[in-house]
Amino acid sequence: MRSIILQTATRYLLPILLLFSFFLLLRGHYYPGGGFVGGLVASIAFVLHSFANGTEATMKILKRKPLSLIPIGLGISATSVVLPTFFGLPPMTGLWWEEKIPVIGMIGSALFFDLGVYLVVVGVVLTILFTISLTKD
Amino acid sequence: MIDNHILAPVFIHLFTAIIQLIAWRKTISQRFLSVGGAFIGLLIAIRLFAKVYNEGPLHMNASNWEAPFGIVFVADLLSVTMVLLTSIAGFAVSIFSSIGLNRQRMLYGYFPIFHFLLMGLNGAFLTGDIFNLYVWFEVIIISSFVLMTLGGRKAQLEGAVKYMAMNILASTFFLTGIGILYGITGSLNMADLSLKIREFDNKALVGITSVFFIMGFGIKSAVFPLYYWLPSSYHTPPSAVAATFGGLLTKVGIYAILRVFSLIFIPDDFTRNLFMVLAVLTILTGAFGALIKTNIRRLFSYLIVCHIGFMLGGIAMFSKIALMGTVLYLIHDIIVKTNMFLIAGIIRQIRGTMDMNKLGGLYKNYPLISLIIALVLFSLVGIPPLSGFWPKIYLFQEAFIEKQYFFIIALIVGSLVTMYVIAKMWADVFWKDTPEGIEVDDKFVDLPPFKKILLVLPILLLCAVTLYIGLNVENIIILVDKITNELLDTSLYIRTVLGDKVFEQ
Repeated sequence: MRSIILQTATRYLLPILLLFSFFLLLRGHYYPGGGFVGGLVASIAFVLHSFANGTEATMKILKRKPLSLIPIGLGISATSVVLPTFFGLPPMTGLWWEEKIPVIGMIGSALFFDLGVYLVVVGVVLTILFTISLTKD
Repeated sequence: MIDNHILAPVFIHLFTAIIQLIAWRKTISQRFLSVGGAFIGLLIAIRLFAKVYNEGPLHMNASNWEAPFGIVFVADLLSVTMVLLTSIAGFAVSIFSSIGLNRQRMLYGYFPIFHFLLMGLNGAFLTGDIFNLYVWFEVIIISSFVLMTLGGRKAQLEGAVKYMAMNILASTFFLTGIGILYGITGSLNMADLSLKIREFDNKALVGITSVFFIMGFGIKSAVFPLYYWLPSSYHTPPSAVAATFGGLLTKVGIYAILRVFSLIFIPDDFTRNLFMVLAVLTILTGAFGALIKTNIRRLFSYLIVCHIGFMLGGIAMFSKIALMGTVLYLIHDIIVKTNMFLIAGIIRQIRGTMDMNKLGGLYKNYPLISLIIALVLFSLVGIPPLSGFWPKIYLFQEAFIEKQYFFIIALIVGSLVTMYVIAKMWADVFWKDTPEGIEVDDKFVDLPPFKKILLVLPILLLCAVTLYIGLNVENIIILVDKITNELLDTSLYIRTVLGDKVFEQ
């Protein structure tokens, strides 16, 4: 079932939801939010798009398989965990950039950990949902 | 002493798995990555072992939060020994699975998951935080579910359901126990818990809590009466997977019992008696189960259960000599059991079946391989001077001192039955001629030579380790002696984690 209302609404909702998911990701260090929630919101955006336009159309705007996001995300997270050991600190210690960056604020290794989680969550949720919806019965 | 690199054995497997995920469905590069990663893991484990052996326990405060507030990782001698054994077994299985596994399973991510499993095992051995131990257990069981169901045959799924149900139950008990422990002490750090439980007055509550841990770890290490998931699930996955499971997963349970019951709940009379009863029944049920099985892997599964009882009996007596027996048996058992399942895998390659009634004539066709296998089987049975023999001396000695006659009887029955079933298996599989009317489906003969070598090499490697344990047992006993000293006198462990100040007040 294709609904023109949903399709039109999705066109505006998709960027807004993605922006909101980035907001949640960046906010997550001191306030509620973070990579997991942000990733879920981002995958909801794509799920909405697939409801409106069909799964094939969503696959087309994603360009690559969501599965490939999982190792990238895991790699970013794992690197940010191990990185402090090269500075003589225990793994998972937060390393912080000294300068403050406008809009984003302080940048530290925790942000990259969250970014990795974000990508993994998007990858896992979309892989599961696409696998289910593309299975021919 | 602080060493920020003690988690290297965990990270190496994590990064190996990530790189393999990037190489998704490229099975050839995954094989090279797996063997390479496992080899580097082995080198790292050896380095860590040497460092801890020479310099004493190391620890690391994750995220730089000091114990007891943050999560702490501790590498004491028991931990690094387990990490070393895991790495040896993992390396061997990794080589074996590069040939001994069908391509379909590799396509669906066997290798990454295998490395996640090794990561979980190393993490569980190195953590010093009881909740973190639970988390590593989850990593282990989730990876093992996937490994068990990969391939999706009906028998596999049936085995996996039993496995999953029992392990989730075990995790629930474990988690409940942690919850109560946190409720009464307000701490999760094992060294800190050790001090707080000692000062806690309500001993009955502590006793009840310890029962939750006995249940949780008991199910995981397949102790009577909750062992039955093991024989009904371990014969279903491919042999490379079963080797990792049989060699390592139940031993994590024994490791956890050793750790928790030496640090937190020092066994009192009630716990000791409970352990002893469980140990005797575990040995007997495992032994009797093994008697009637004709499928090689089912037989081995029952032997795992039987021999878990030996180790538990040693913990039940909880004295220096008994614990030496347990730890020595643990070291011997991980290597030998992994090897046994690899052997089952190679028998399947050679004959296409694992039913002893349909097997035969292996000695005639493959005398050299049979001789290597014979060495492993003799080690398992415990023919002196091979490795299975030495721990039993300690267990017998202490059982006579403590007048645990039931345990002595169970030990004798367990050892005799092991010898009987292994002798029967040897006669059936290797000596007797192939039964009439059975077509031999030999996949091994047609393999190119390097593949044959890759299949036999891991067995040879583990066999060499077993021989080293058996013939150079005096070196191993020095190690085991140190480990048991650390288990009985935990002040070194606690001092490592919490600093020297804790004992001054």
